[in-house]
Amino acid sequence: MQTSPLQDSLLTAFQGGQERALARVLTLLEGGRQDSRGQDSMGQELLQAVRQLGKRSRVVGITGPPGAGKSTLSDALISVYRARGETVAVLAVDPSSPFSGGAILGDRIRMLRHTHDSGVFVRSVATRGALGGLAQSVSAMLSALEGFGFDHILLETVGVGQSEVDIAQVADSVVLVLTPAGGDGIQAFKAGILEIADLLVVNKADLPEADRFSRALSGALELGDHGFDSWMPPVLQTIAPSGTGISELVLALERHQTYLRENNTATGLEARRLKRARFEVRSSLLQWAEQLTGAAGNAVFSRVAQGQISPLEVARTLLEELNRSSLS
Amino acid sequence: MEPTPPNKPRTLRIIIAKPGMDGHDRGAKIIARALRDAGMEVIYLGLRQTAQSIVHAAIQEDADAIGLSILSGSHMHHFREVHQLLEAQNALDIVLFGGGIIPEEDLPALLELGVRGVFTPGAHTAEVVAFLQENVREKI
Ligand SMILES: Nc1nc2c(ncn2[C@@H]2O[C@H](COP(=O)(O)OP(=O)(O)OP(=O)(O)O)[C@@H](O)[C@H]2O)c(=O)[nH]1
Ligand SMILES: [Mg+2]
Repeated sequence: MQTSPLQDSLLTAFQGGQERALARVLTLLEGGRQDSRGQDSMGQELLQAVRQLGKRSRVVGITGPPGAGKSTLSDALISVYRARGETVAVLAVDPSSPFSGGAILGDRIRMLRHTHDSGVFVRSVATRGALGGLAQSVSAMLSALEGFGFDHILLETVGVGQSEVDIAQVADSVVLVLTPAGGDGIQAFKAGILEIADLLVVNKADLPEADRFSRALSGALELGDHGFDSWMPPVLQTIAPSGTGISELVLALERHQTYLRENNTATGLEARRLKRARFEVRSSLLQWAEQLTGAAGNAVFSRVAQGQISPLEVARTLLEELNRSSLS
Repeated sequence: MEPTPPNKPRTLRIIIAKPGMDGHDRGAKIIARALRDAGMEVIYLGLRQTAQSIVHAAIQEDADAIGLSILSGSHMHHFREVHQLLEAQNALDIVLFGGGIIPEEDLPALLELGVRGVFTPGAHTAEVVAFLQENVREKI
């Protein structure tokens, strides 16, 4: 692997534990996804370099509808881990505006009490609207945080859309945060989103109907499809701002981690890591597909629509073009 | 064929915060929205931030610029503090700018301090957008 002198000094600072270097590496990895042909050498090489450091963190995905309390919950988890002297990084993902491509990232506000603590690193990430690309860059950014040596990484993503389901695939444990308020529950059942959860948290348990909602969730889980997984997701209640139920959540997360470690088969920790790597490669392919079809122009699609040429043939031609362009 | 334009402009990342004790963040929010609508990523820190928390956030977020909204009259103090911390972190490449109720006669002293742009209530948000696009330098 070739690295430039600039990268070398950045990597040295990174390995020396300098926060600024980590922050800059994250920027490079985040931007890297915009390059299509694996020729974004800087990002890709940095990614390999940080992976070769061989460090691992416990990666917990925290997902759920807007305003469910994901950031407040992260803040409470940070406090528990820091009290034990363990370090924590947070990647907080918020949607970019589909109109301007910009974003207002507000998750950090909920975690400001840890601002003077050098064992806590928070990074806000906007989705930047790329299909497959987000998961790819988030995956790369996770690796940088792992390489830096954090004990825990919390990955917050909003909502119940496809990109969130995708991102859930890069975490070791996925916490789905719902609330007794509004239509969260019904939405969750419909979207089949329950299947991605390793743990279910009913936050805002101070609101009415929390018990009834929790029971309904447990009922739905019993009917759910957990594959060959022998893990049954627990349903927990929390009140994030006061920390109520957080120690139970931490325990449940530890039980899940233990379960992953002890099941070195289809659902074990190593299997999850491989799944993450496979997912990254798949995301790159999807991204290429998106870019190639985007750049192809309408003429070719109208020929497909009129039956003059087969979609498979066009796909093959596009792939060939891709190959040629990355060899040049 | 070229699936992505190679020199796609980088997305700017801007910290917007309100240091000090006064409790009005309307101006800060207006700026945050304007920057978002111009395609930038705004890390919004909100009210009552200390200089330490602002600079800390800017470092972790690898921000290109820090914008402070100050209505309380203590702009000299807050800008000086943030600038000193940036200097201590060897992070003066982060562009410091701000706005709020700031008397005309304080502008030279602020610029002297290292504040790169000051926008008073009459300023149009487009001026802030243009200022950032011009003043943020390419990283690495
Ligand atoms: N009553 C009550 N309010 C809560 C609880 N947890 C969080 N909140 C409040 O809910 C609001 C949203 O909390 P966040 O932590 O920002 O929620 P989020 O899921 O991160 O929100 P987004 O990132 O915007 O999707 C805040 O006003 C919190 O104070 C809870 O357990 N009970
Ligand atoms: Mg949040």
